[in-house]
Amino acid sequence: MEQKHTISVLVNDQPGVLTRVANLMGQRGFNIDSITVGQSEEKGLSRMIIVTSGDEATVEQIVKQFHKLIDVLKVQQLSSGPMVARELALIKVEATASTRAELNLIIDPFRASVVDVGPNSIVVQVTGDTQKIDALIELLTPYGIKELSRTGVTAISRSASLVKA
Amino acid sequence: MSTDTAMVENKKASMPAMGMGEVVTGSEMLLRCLLLEGVEHVFGYPGGAVLPIYDSLYSSQLKHVLTRHEQGAIHAADGYARATGKPGVVIATSGPGATNLVTGIATAQMDSVPLVCITGNVAQSLIGTDAFQEANITGITLPITKHNYFVRNIEDLPRIIKEAFHIATTGRPGPVLIDIPKDVNTAKAPFYYPESVKLRTYNPTVKPNYMQVDKMLKAIAKAKKPVIVTGGGTVTAGAEQELIEFAEKTNIPVITTLMGLAGFPGTHELCIGMPGMHGCYAANQALLNTDLLINIGARFDDRITMGRTKEFAQNAKIVHIDIDPAEIGKNINPYIPIVGDAKTVLATAIPKVQRADSDEWVAQVKAWNQEQPYRYSKSPEGRLKPQRVVEMIYETTAGNAIVTTDVGQHQMWVAQYYKFSAVRSFLSSGGLGTMGFGFPAAIGAQFAYPDRLVISVSGDGGFQMNLQELAIAAAHNLPVKIVILNNNCLGMVRQWQELFYDNRYSHIDLTESVDFVKLAEAYGIKGLRASTEEQAENVWREALNTNGPVLVEFKVEPGENVFPMVAAGNTLDQMVLGDEE
Repeated sequence: MEQKHTISVLVNDQPGVLTRVANLMGQRGFNIDSITVGQSEEKGLSRMIIVTSGDEATVEQIVKQFHKLIDVLKVQQLSSGPMVARELALIKVEATASTRAELNLIIDPFRASVVDVGPNSIVVQVTGDTQKIDALIELLTPYGIKELSRTGVTAISRSASLVKA
Repeated sequence: MSTDTAMVENKKASMPAMGMGEVVTGSEMLLRCLLLEGVEHVFGYPGGAVLPIYDSLYSSQLKHVLTRHEQGAIHAADGYARATGKPGVVIATSGPGATNLVTGIATAQMDSVPLVCITGNVAQSLIGTDAFQEANITGITLPITKHNYFVRNIEDLPRIIKEAFHIATTGRPGPVLIDIPKDVNTAKAPFYYPESVKLRTYNPTVKPNYMQVDKMLKAIAKAKKPVIVTGGGTVTAGAEQELIEFAEKTNIPVITTLMGLAGFPGTHELCIGMPGMHGCYAANQALLNTDLLINIGARFDDRITMGRTKEFAQNAKIVHIDIDPAEIGKNINPYIPIVGDAKTVLATAIPKVQRADSDEWVAQVKAWNQEQPYRYSKSPEGRLKPQRVVEMIYETTAGNAIVTTDVGQHQMWVAQYYKFSAVRSFLSSGGLGTMGFGFPAAIGAQFAYPDRLVISVSGDGGFQMNLQELAIAAAHNLPVKIVILNNNCLGMVRQWQELFYDNRYSHIDLTESVDFVKLAEAYGIKGLRASTEEQAENVWREALNTNGPVLVEFKVEPGENVFPMVAAGNTLDQMVLGDEE
């Protein structure tokens, strides 16, 4: 059954590693919903979080193919266990003196915040899981979204299961 | 900044002979490393960015073979590697030199051949400026190498070369490319060669899980119709002897894929033959009826499953032995997966394995082979049949020659009519299907084994893709026997156009080609020609008795098709056995 999967890939912190991973996804015809990369707990290693969609067999094949890359140390399918996943979005929304108060009423329940105010717009910062951000965007769309920037998902397993080198 | 998986401190490495600690240039370092890796032959083509390497080669012990095209160089290195099991080494300059390697790299990657490809690049100060002969060859070869390196510092060079040889030759072998910019080749540094490779991220599984092996042994004990499918992995692992022992001890018949042809003797009484699109009736019947399929180092390629993986070996429990975990479950989900090196897995299983209750089954398989052997009809006009030529080559060499092929009809006829019995004796581009591969590969194999009989079999199409390497055969007086099965067309394409495109023979006519005999003579090579069976036998005898290179053009029946055949998309039971004339 086709569903979303979140995969954590621990890689050598080297130039070109992201290209290798992304290229592999393209080469084998795997879908990339989002890909994020940053420092890990160990110097010299980076952690990539890849969200992809496909059936169980596909995701198993993705994990095995990643393992073949010389710069990949560890691959784990986070979404097969308990995990925390977060995304950050910055949303520039049209805002006039009359709509600002209304916008605040929408933003507050999402624990989002206004991080910049311009003459005709505000910038909203929101973090959370993908559905939460989708929901906020939907509510803000009628006001006019001028620009939108999302980071893609980063994730980590819950304390029960450590993903370490 | 270090570019790669740096784990080895060069300076802590041991210092055997060869002037460790001596200050040398990057290109001198490179050549010293190659010698320390036991390299004897390198195949290559010089150019601006690798001038420092070629200057160092001028006074090196390494034997360099100057081909006439970089593609010839890499296929020769590939043939050398396939014939010996040692890594092939190729050197090319930057830009077009490097990109000319691409087909050869992809060929080696698809067939898991260990290659170390050294390319030059422009100086780092020019990288990214679209400088003359600049190409991002590490980017270009990312999907077709096992791993690749761009060397930024001369200090990293020995470690990278050590790692490259290690990665190319261990686990599932493959091509590794090292791109060296000109300034690294000319820079100087003290030379230290690391003693070992420490790659935290790369640890191929060689030894199998014993519980899984036990499960296989139990499955064998229960099976009534077991069959072994063996592929290139058996050859790569050097597991030929273990496979014979395993098959004999268990009494299980063996199907050899194209890549597995020389991995089990074609004359062995348990050998069924090749399966798949142009495989034999018995092999495909065996796949349709087996209750236990033990796959050793083959990857369920679509030329065998026909892409119909759900219908493939439907009645069988499948055991899949492969050193690459990603191959297991990629195309077919096995009942028992075993990750490990074919030789080690078989050696683990042999002491404990029992004979299967398979006498009836073995008799059945033999009966299928007798009922429907590979066959062809004689030409009523007495024209030469290509199958006859391959049979004749087999009869006169007793299956002991190293035979290389291109891709197409002749490749299939060699696979069908030549029974390979010597290890590493069939060199052919199985995965990528590269025309132009066979002849340069034969050159590489002949350099590796100057005293063995090496025969290159090509069609008139494929041969014209790398015929410039005739110069190498002539210059080194290599005794390679160059066979061209000339049907004046692209035979396999013609066959498909006949069968699936209503005889619309679009752009396959090669009648207006070269006079191959005169071409050979122009290169200073003996050229012979035959168009009847009698002539064929005579010229072939003459070729075998000639010292040095010979080109033999066999003018064969142009309308001949390869049978049996299972059309792409059909299942193995929909097999067309022959041309009913």
